Amino acid sequence: MARVHLGDKHVTQEDIDNWKSQRGYDKPLFVNSERSGLDVVTDTIFFDKSIRLLAFDFGKSDEGRSIANDIEERMWPSLALQIPTFIIGIMVNICFALIIVMFRASLFEFAALTLCVGMLSISAVFYIIGGQFFFSKLWNLVPISGYLTGWDAIQFLILPIIIGVIAGVGAGTRLYRTIFIEEASKDYMRTARAKGVSELNILFKHLLPNGMIPILTSVVVVIPTLFMGSLLMESFFGIPGLGSYTLDAIQAQDFAIVRSMVFLGAVLYIIGLLLTDISYTLVDPRVKLS
Amino acid sequence: MILPVVLWSDILIFALAIAVGLFVWQVRKNPLAKARWRTVFENKVGVTSFVIILFYVLISLVDSLHFREPLPQLEGENASDKVAYSSEVKSVLDLVLVNLEEGAETTYSAPFALYSFAKENMTAEDGTVYRDFPRLENGGSHLADEADHLWDIFGKSIQAILVGLIIGFIPVALHMWLRKRAGNTEDYIPWNVAYGTFIALVVISTWILMVSEYYHILGTDKVGQDVLYQSIKAIRTGVLIGTLATLVTLPIAIVLGISAGYFKGWVDDTVQFIYTTLSSIPGILLIAASVLLIDVYIETNPEAFNLTILRSDFKFIALCAILGLISWTTLCRLLRAETLKVSQLDYVQAAHAFGVSHSGVIRKHILPNVTHIILISVVLDFSAFVLAEAVLSYIGVGVDPNMHSWGNMINAARSELSRDPSVWWSVTSAFILMFTLVLAANLFSDEVRNAFDPRTAKGN
Repeated sequence: MARVHLGDKHVTQEDIDNWKSQRGYDKPLFVNSERSGLDVVTDTIFFDKSIRLLAFDFGKSDEGRSIANDIEERMWPSLALQIPTFIIGIMVNICFALIIVMFRASLFEFAALTLCVGMLSISAVFYIIGGQFFFSKLWNLVPISGYLTGWDAIQFLILPIIIGVIAGVGAGTRLYRTIFIEEASKDYMRTARAKGVSELNILFKHLLPNGMIPILTSVVVVIPTLFMGSLLMESFFGIPGLGSYTLDAIQAQDFAIVRSMVFLGAVLYIIGLLLTDISYTLVDPRVKLS
Repeated sequence: MILPVVLWSDILIFALAIAVGLFVWQVRKNPLAKARWRTVFENKVGVTSFVIILFYVLISLVDSLHFREPLPQLEGENASDKVAYSSEVKSVLDLVLVNLEEGAETTYSAPFALYSFAKENMTAEDGTVYRDFPRLENGGSHLADEADHLWDIFGKSIQAILVGLIIGFIPVALHMWLRKRAGNTEDYIPWNVAYGTFIALVVISTWILMVSEYYHILGTDKVGQDVLYQSIKAIRTGVLIGTLATLVTLPIAIVLGISAGYFKGWVDDTVQFIYTTLSSIPGILLIAASVLLIDVYIETNPEAFNLTILRSDFKFIALCAILGLISWTTLCRLLRAETLKVSQLDYVQAAHAFGVSHSGVIRKHILPNVTHIILISVVLDFSAFVLAEAVLSYIGVGVDPNMHSWGNMINAARSELSRDPSVWWSVTSAFILMFTLVLAANLFSDEVRNAFDPRTAKGN
């Protein structure tokens, strides 16, 4: 590992040892028998590098930069890309799903579903390549990649957001349609029809609020992980977010960063699970925390 | 004589084919399962997508028969001497695609092009040097007059399509005749659709094989290799990664999922703990870390991998295993929930009361009732893994760069597209072949779901 960082040429064993001791990789993995007392377990690679993460002390990357600072700096581009993609994506998917449900058992439904299957059979990579090719290269609407801070960032973000939404439409619409269809076959829908409620009212006053329960709870788990950024989008569009940070770290074999990001990802996922449980009790009065 | 080369992935894919065969044979004996599968194959979409998947699988099976050709004997050697073999491993598919593989150019060329994509320095007859697009060495080299270019493509295509139609119709006619003679009245498969798909595939294949003798149908890449050849060779990688990774997920997910739902208590807690932990770790990071480990292992044991193909094959199998090991959690969770539900049902309670052993209850009463979940997720996972391969190769933790794969082609295409004029054919050809496979798998999984999911199944 040290050799990767120091390069191939003119590396002596001394240099390597030096590099290791500066970053604390010369310590034993779990048990340090050379020390006494509590230091036996605390002066080790495992404690130094991993236990500290529990207190969100990320330490320094192998390049010597502070990881906490890097994360703070890079989370804003990630969030600027992920949050709009997420919100617009859900809204578009729900709209499409509702329209499809409205035209149940028609040729339109068949065509829309076929389109959905087609769209979800295309790899996300193709959407990105295609989008960059047509929007940026052929039509010169937006720059291909790069990033600026402040409001200038919009021109760089708009294409990734559009592509992110389109790439998710196929799978999302299909999923929400199944949820709505299941909801539409329940008794209260029939009662509403029997009472003579108009079809549009049924759709928006009865179907939408009830269908939102499973949708919301399935979506909540994703919210904290939005923070981690999108690996693919960020590296294709050159956005300096957390996703491309992780990718660069993998390629440079910078384990300090990778370790921190794995830890962060795991924590955020657990927060997501917790939020899911809480949101159940909020949106569905039938579920109570015991 | 040729020297057969057996790779681990070859063994696995043939073992898998045999296992699927046994499964089909088993299904024939089970009336309920037979009825369910029947609804899949009664459907036109189901039959079409099945035939297409079968075609892809056949190509990858043919591509899995590897061998090494003997080198031509040097002068002064006896025939009885030890034969030296070429270090290049070929497959039976290469023999079929010999037109595509041979006749490489020097660099990029567009589909059906006559001239190279890049200008080169050339010397005219009078000795002056000028820059122009050089004529391709093999693309359309038979043409006497270049004005005939389009007509020639048209003529060759018509000829190839006619030949394809004839080749396609022979087995179809034979099968029709056999069916008529057997007088099978309760036929439920829409045979006409199956015939149509079959003939279409045969016509496309013959067209590719015949026209590629004269032209590069989808152009050539940076080093002048035929793009279509690469994307066809990549079929094996795609199909294998889909099937092998799914195969790895199955036993783990089934054993852990069912035992968690059935035994409950501490078993359930442990299994839940394992899959929550696993799914909380970002998947791509885990894959990247494991791939780094494998690279180190290969570097420390170079003597075990004396052929390039052995090395890339080992890396490939390891990648499938890793993919499988980190993605069993979804299926496991589904199986656990379903088993919890099923094991509360009256007939399972009755079986307990009769003193049936745990293994007996699981095998006879629980497993058959969760099969639909397994089947649906197998087909869905397959397409997910094929798509994942593209993303992984892009990040640099995918299959070996020496292996033909759609991911590697897409990866190369990024720089090709930014050239001016852009090189679009490489990514297009990867896109078409990948899209067809994934679409067929997705459509088939929809049909399987409709037939097997008790909530949507009609009739039975």
